[in-house]
Amino acid sequence: MPAWIYEKTFRAQSLSFIGKVPSKKLIARFKVAIFLLCLIPLLRLFWLAFHDDLSANPIEFVERSTGYWALFMLLCTLSLSPIRLLTGRSWQLQYRRMLGLFMFFYACLHLITYLWLDYAFNWADIIKDIIKHPYVLVGASAFILTLPLAITSNNAMIRLLRERWKQLHSLVYVIAVLGVVHFLWLVKKDLREPILYAVILALLLAVRIYYRISKRKA
Amino acid sequence: MIIQTKSDIVPSEITPKEVFDDRRKFLQQAGFGLLAGATGLLSSPSFATSGNLPAQHKASKPLLKLPNFSKSKYGAGEKLTSFEDITTYNNYYEFGTDKDEPAIHSKLFKPVPWTVSIEGQVKKNKTISIEDILKLAPLEERIYRMRCVEGWSMVIPWIGFPLAQLIKWAEPNANAKYVEFISLADTQQMPGVNLPILDWPYIEGLRMDEAMNPLTIMAVGLYGEALPNQNGAPMRLVVPWKYGFKGAKAIVKIRFTDKMPMTTWMKAGPAEYGFYANVNPQVEHPRWTQSSEKRIGAGLFAGRIKTQMFNGYTEQVGQMYAGMDLRKNF
Repeated sequence: MPAWIYEKTFRAQSLSFIGKVPSKKLIARFKVAIFLLCLIPLLRLFWLAFHDDLSANPIEFVERSTGYWALFMLLCTLSLSPIRLLTGRSWQLQYRRMLGLFMFFYACLHLITYLWLDYAFNWADIIKDIIKHPYVLVGASAFILTLPLAITSNNAMIRLLRERWKQLHSLVYVIAVLGVVHFLWLVKKDLREPILYAVILALLLAVRIYYRISKRKA
Repeated sequence: MIIQTKSDIVPSEITPKEVFDDRRKFLQQAGFGLLAGATGLLSSPSFATSGNLPAQHKASKPLLKLPNFSKSKYGAGEKLTSFEDITTYNNYYEFGTDKDEPAIHSKLFKPVPWTVSIEGQVKKNKTISIEDILKLAPLEERIYRMRCVEGWSMVIPWIGFPLAQLIKWAEPNANAKYVEFISLADTQQMPGVNLPILDWPYIEGLRMDEAMNPLTIMAVGLYGEALPNQNGAPMRLVVPWKYGFKGAKAIVKIRFTDKMPMTTWMKAGPAEYGFYANVNPQVEHPRWTQSSEKRIGAGLFAGRIKTQMFNGYTEQVGQMYAGMDLRKNF
């Protein structure tokens, strides 16, 4: 933990009651728990499908649900660093890769739902849909950008790419913005929900920018 | 207990109308509607269509009593969308923007007493009660496809009468070129109206010839009964060759004009929603694919079906748009 964080933010001390660094065993157990929690949205879809309870428009339901959870996982991933910046705790960063890969997992399900259930792999219609409709194009771009991140999410790649790995993975910010825009543009008129996600993303980015600027001044 | 019977059969086909009505009246008077529905006491076929609805939907059965209606030739061979899907998947922003919200938030809505006022380019302004509207013309069942601009569709057995009959009664003058339909915007009964999501009240419109077309109806019921609140009770417009948003619900005012009315969705998104809003697979929408559609109730693996020009009603309505550039007039 860089010392400047403690110096810059006395808040780090005032929030230290949240807890000390848990034991390695506890961190591993948390990891299993988070893994299982992240599977709940998928299990829920299977449960609802089994009980024929995916609303009157099941394809759209699955499409929306997987898209929503991909965005949710992405925002979770992006919230780990701000927690470090605000509280000085960093052990939660150990879950970043898993959460990021869950975002990729739900994004894949989202894409498969779109290609298979919605468009039955009718490529002519799919290409037309992507070209003609800005929100689809933005979503497709976001997905393509997640591919290199998912492929390089392992220790071997970190060792291989070194500094460039960090640069590559800053793409996550672009993906997040595209993801929120994808949601904003798809909604017809009631923008309350996508705006909520835009605000959360803006806050998460603002914390980073604030600390970066203070670091530069220091 | 929820009765798990799914059926496309219209209740009036099974149970004689008088018996059916009497039993309902008895239950309503006795206040047992909720109890009977909830405990499954009524497992008779007359409730088959709504049998798989949660009890609370039964409790909110419309108060309006429909006269007898006749069958019509429309929609023969079409597979009807289930009553449950038609009444739980609604775009009715006055009651909320989620599809399931109208069914929930419209439970206490009162579709009677109801008066519709007639204004604008008419011989004289007048009002008419919903009961008198029902006496204007014999009711008939019209099974129509309904295509939503969002890319999904249903097949709905409406009960209604040709709008032309109401227009005849309204006596528009020679200046009347368009008809404007204004929906109720009651902040007390309609929670969605308190949000500035659309410019309330909801306004829709038709050109006079479109309004007079025999396909255009005022619907007052579906599946053999009075219109459920979430579907636009007590009276809504149905224009089957146009996107669903043209069908103004809970109409309180009909105004005849000499100029093309500015509709709610035209105001909300001029690049997306035009005045005509004819179903047209060739005219792209900035958001949704319009060349194909998802049929509600077809299931998770049914995919899409091709969208038809004028929603398949070209024979009846195509001539009204002869020579018009439908890309410009979308």
